[in-house]
Amino acid sequence: MNTLNNTLNNLDWSPLLISLKTGLAATIISFILGIYMARKAIKAPPAIKAILDGIMTLPMVLPPTAAGFFLLLLFSRRRPLGMLLYETLNIKIVQSWLGCIIAATIISLPLMYRNARAAFEQIDINLIYAGRTLGMSETKIFWKIILPTAGPGIASGTILTFARALGEYGATSMLAGNIPGKTATISQKIAMVIQDGDYKTAGLWTGIVAVIAFTIILLMNLTSGKQMKHIKPW
Amino acid sequence: MPIEIHLKKTTKTFQLNIQFEGQSKRIGILGPSGSGKSMTLRCIAGIETPDQGRIQIDGRTHYDSQSHTNIKPQKRNIGYLFQNYALFPTMTVAQNIQAGLKGTKTQNQIQTQKMIQTFQLTGLENHLPSELSGGQQQRVALARIMAYQPDTILLDEPFSALDQYLKDQLQRELIKMLNHYQGTVIFVSHNKDEIYQFSQELLIIDQGKSILYNKTKDIFINPIYQKAARLTGCKNISHIQKIDDHTITAIDWGIQLHLQRPLPQDITAVGYQAHDFLPIWGPKPPNSLKAQITETEELPLQTNYYILPQPPVLAPQPICWTVQRESLEKLQKNGVPDYLQIKEEKLLYLK
Repeated sequence: MNTLNNTLNNLDWSPLLISLKTGLAATIISFILGIYMARKAIKAPPAIKAILDGIMTLPMVLPPTAAGFFLLLLFSRRRPLGMLLYETLNIKIVQSWLGCIIAATIISLPLMYRNARAAFEQIDINLIYAGRTLGMSETKIFWKIILPTAGPGIASGTILTFARALGEYGATSMLAGNIPGKTATISQKIAMVIQDGDYKTAGLWTGIVAVIAFTIILLMNLTSGKQMKHIKPW
Repeated sequence: MPIEIHLKKTTKTFQLNIQFEGQSKRIGILGPSGSGKSMTLRCIAGIETPDQGRIQIDGRTHYDSQSHTNIKPQKRNIGYLFQNYALFPTMTVAQNIQAGLKGTKTQNQIQTQKMIQTFQLTGLENHLPSELSGGQQQRVALARIMAYQPDTILLDEPFSALDQYLKDQLQRELIKMLNHYQGTVIFVSHNKDEIYQFSQELLIIDQGKSILYNKTKDIFINPIYQKAARLTGCKNISHIQKIDDHTITAIDWGIQLHLQRPLPQDITAVGYQAHDFLPIWGPKPPNSLKAQITETEELPLQTNYYILPQPPVLAPQPICWTVQRESLEKLQKNGVPDYLQIKEEKLLYLK
């Protein structure tokens, strides 16, 4: 008990903060981008839709390290895009918190995109037609009809996206590295302390992550639960 | 012409070719399921774009492929009552009614209040559509359309989702409400009774093609085409073979008919309403069928008897004879008649 107290007292809480900050930033970007792309995919002709869908889903099925490697190639300061960003805007992505956000966004975006698309696809097309014949503009139809009707699906997509972004490890370690206090997220911290044989700290962080994850799932069930009221247990 | 619709549209599974010009402001479209009725309405509303043609209602051209006119659905000012009402599920009744209004907040609220009163929705303003009954949902959908004062209203099978009891009541309500409406109403259905009550002029469509446009009552009296006859409720149709100007063979009924008046030109079939047969006890009169009943169908207000043609014909279709409840007594007293006579003046000449 004493040792646990000791561990707690000496714990560097920065990984929690970095993870939460990264998760939040990645969720916001994924939320906007995912919904935007889902809307584009639905309106696109079948062939373009299939390609778009493939690209948007790829990060979900690719090993995260492979995605991270790809991002590293893209943003490395020895490569055109990385060079351009650094020289013109002084933006550094590799080995920086920005790298954390980009890695987490790329990995979690498919969850947002797929959930939003599924929610949009389930909307009765007549609702949109009704909006049009009632003189509502396409923008108004989107904000007033589509988004609220797809609400529960988008909410659970957002929560899953946050959970995925929070726990991202593979791509983050490739792109952002593991710099304590800067890019060391909880998942990276766990990997690091295990390498050092510090199972107590690893266990503690695992506990923290488990609590966060469980809370998220609970939250998700509560948001979608409202809609599921009519489903009887069997 | 108050209404002119010419449209052609080809999709992967379907070919639409609708042509009609009408004088009335109450127009019905009758056709079997999947014949293109809803597609026609969607083209009129601007939700679907035809490949070519012209849509003009009450002097407003909504679509004209020649002059490249294609007004957006938002600007056509056409109210569309969807089959499933398409109420916005996350909005309350009041929000649904207000959804398309363009005025100031106060104006919109006044208009919404007016609609809530007109359509007897008082007390339901803050309910969600899922909390309403089918009839209430339909009233909300109508209130939502009427709130923004459309020039034209399209009704897509408005009663198909309701049970019979509710249907009769709503049908009367809807007719009453639309009595005050000045604009054109186009009513789509596969139900002949609804159409007959509702429309003054009628378009019959089948497999995406308009086959007949006329005054509703005239079409029911003289449907001209076999398909129109079936849709307006004629159960007995037979192909014919012309022997001379006054004699034909009704092939599917296996009898010869002698006509006082000469047979009109281009006739390929005859039809006879199931309730128009005259039962005969005794010797065989002219133009009659031998009444050998093979099947009986008892309904609350009438009984349908099915008769197989005698002598047998190829691929026989049972001939239906309908007896109203009040006439059944005579039948019970005298037994099954020997013959069913066809009255020439009731015979439908069909193409």
